[in-house]
Amino acid sequence: MAEVLVYVDHVDGAVRKPTLELLTLARRLGTPVAVALGAGAGNTAAQLGEHGAEKVLVHEAAEYAEYLVVPKVEALQAAVEAVSPAAVLVPSSAEGKEIAARLALRIGSGIITDAVDLEAGDEGPVVTQSVFAASYTTKSRVTKGTPVVTVKPNSAPVEAAPAAGAVEQLAVSFSDKATGTKITSRTPRESTGRPELTEAAIVVSGGRGVGGAENFRLIEELADSLGAAVGASRAAVDAGWYPHTNQVGQTGKTVSPQLYIATGISGAIQHRAGMQTSKTIVAINKDPEAPIFDLVDYGVVGDLFEVVPQLTEQIKARKG
Amino acid sequence: MSLRIVVTVKYVPDATGDRHFADDLTVDRDDVDGLLSELDEYAVEQALQIKENADDDVEVTVLTVGPEDAKDALRKALSMGADKAIHVEDDDLHGTDAIGTSLVLAKAIEKAGYDLVISGMASTDGTMGVVPALLAERLGVPQVTLLSEVSVEDGTVTGRRDGDAASEQLQASLPAVVSVTDQSGEARYPSFKGIMAAKKKPVESWDLSDLDIDADEVGLEGAWTKVEEAAERPARSAGTIVKDEGEGGKQLAEFLASQKFI
Ligand SMILES: Cc1cc2nc3c(=O)[nH]c(=O)nc-3n(C[C@H](O)[C@H](O)[C@H](O)COP(=O)(O)OP(=O)(O)OC[C@H]3O[C@@H](n4cnc5c(N)ncnc54)[C@H](O)[C@@H]3O)c2cc1C
Ligand SMILES: Cc1cc2nc3c(=O)[nH]c(=O)nc-3n(C[C@H](O)[C@H](O)[C@H](O)COP(=O)(O)OP(=O)(O)OC[C@H]3O[C@@H](n4cnc5c(N)ncnc54)[C@H](O)[C@@H]3O)c2cc1C
Repeated sequence: MAEVLVYVDHVDGAVRKPTLELLTLARRLGTPVAVALGAGAGNTAAQLGEHGAEKVLVHEAAEYAEYLVVPKVEALQAAVEAVSPAAVLVPSSAEGKEIAARLALRIGSGIITDAVDLEAGDEGPVVTQSVFAASYTTKSRVTKGTPVVTVKPNSAPVEAAPAAGAVEQLAVSFSDKATGTKITSRTPRESTGRPELTEAAIVVSGGRGVGGAENFRLIEELADSLGAAVGASRAAVDAGWYPHTNQVGQTGKTVSPQLYIATGISGAIQHRAGMQTSKTIVAINKDPEAPIFDLVDYGVVGDLFEVVPQLTEQIKARKG
Repeated sequence: MSLRIVVTVKYVPDATGDRHFADDLTVDRDDVDGLLSELDEYAVEQALQIKENADDDVEVTVLTVGPEDAKDALRKALSMGADKAIHVEDDDLHGTDAIGTSLVLAKAIEKAGYDLVISGMASTDGTMGVVPALLAERLGVPQVTLLSEVSVEDGTVTGRRDGDAASEQLQASLPAVVSVTDQSGEARYPSFKGIMAAKKKPVESWDLSDLDIDADEVGLEGAWTKVEEAAERPARSAGTIVKDEGEGGKQLAEFLASQKFI
């Protein structure tokens, strides 16, 4: 069966969940071969093998952390040349999309970004995208070269599928283009201890209605009672109440959790673009006319300062 | 020394309008009002700030690839303060994909002459966020993208890229391709004076032959991707809406329990 390359997003060897989802999709198209780069790459093999990777191509080099994007492109290109895959799948992060695009151009292939589903087809993979703030669903194909597709988090289940996970060293030689943009310093984000926003099963978001940074405590308490990630609208982020990394929407993160709870958020098109594919949507808003209510499975018209604490208390009581 | 900045700006259908697909599964640009992609205003703004803060001569050229009406996007950028504009327009461009768009933009940027290209973080219609990386690849210059802070000094561009896992400081020599996010600083509104001045600023029009691009390299036929189906997402079925009369939180908890979330 044809091999399918999966680009591995990992932090010092710990594979992030979207990559495991890609392995599920890759198995629909052929035999998954993973590509893991940078410090700790060798430690990914066990986890990748458990989820279907037959082979794990590994390359560790300082360049991956010292220069932006291009070293990764060159490694992935080397992997494509070594394996001649039927398709290349990359997680749809900001960096993932940049890597995928440059790779596509180098190998003379079309690219489709932000897939939410993927199936095998007679003429290559059929890719589902959710576009125009999720008001349309499209099905597309790459018609030239080896299809390069980036896939959004939460687009497929993580499945156990034991495979060899055999580690092979990937031979990569960097061109002078690889070192064009130097990363002169890096400040890692502090972990909040909460789930990653794009990967979380439940997201609780606050908007302008939350009214201040200190009030976000209410949102965090609700989130913690559910084991959820915390999101924010751009209005809340622009006001400085919550970090931009937590923004949901067109210029923030796209989330597609099982449950999305919007509190004090009106539901502007740019916000909806980031959450409209959530399975169940709940809103708390004091304005019965707020557009967010057009999307909800359950809505409470009321003051969030009354409703949210009561809800948190109820959840805690029920969970005992 | 002088610095030539080319800002790439896209003309897009208004996101608050009713966007849809035409019969050939390309974006319907006839029925919906178009405008300068809001995220490209940030790119224009940063170019203007670099110009204002520089001791040298800086020339800001705005470049769009798009239909006749895309001139509106150029006018807006000119009225914000850009010096001149280039409009690449050709019937054969209809339906071009990201790879093709980057070819046309790269050829136009080379023809215009540049030291620095500044793009938006993503368009508000295609939202791919790949064109700046593709431009860097095609032009063979460093990619310094997704910056929330940018500065240019002595032939070097530096900036801050706020990623998911870390915030990074980047540095590269010019020429380079930069993209800026909506965190890079509020874009200015065109002043009345700016709007009047824009009317006199030069707008050049180029077609594919001016750029030595064959029609079969671009457009729907030349695309390396193909949209086969586009379906409007069914409206979500109307949910239950309750008014809080003291029990709203409780009722919501019951709903969540009934859905097995608690
Ligand atoms: C190019 C572009 C990109 C954008 N990207 C994003 C993006 O990524 N994400 C994003 O969110 N926005 C984005 N926006 C902004 C978007 O258009 C809206 O301005 C924003 O989403 C509004 O945030 P909000 O709903 O929190 O605020 P508002 O629209 O002001 O809504 C606040 C809501 O809170 C309710 N409320 C107030 N007090 C209470 C209370 N005590 N209890 C209950 N409810 C209360 C009000 O009834 C109101 O509905 C973008 C805009 C542009 C132009
Ligand atoms: C809903 C939708 C989905 C699409 N999906 C795909 C896909 O999966 N694969 C594919 O190959 N094509 C796709 N396309 C086509 C693609 O959007 C266009 O080819 C487009 O010109 C480039 O992609 P973008 O708009 O997403 O740009 P982005 O990469 O998001 O744009 C980033 C920046 O590049 C600059 N820029 C982009 N386009 C232009 C332009 N025409 N003129 C000047 N500057 C510009 C701007 O500075 C912009 O801020 C899609 C289009 C739509 C509407």
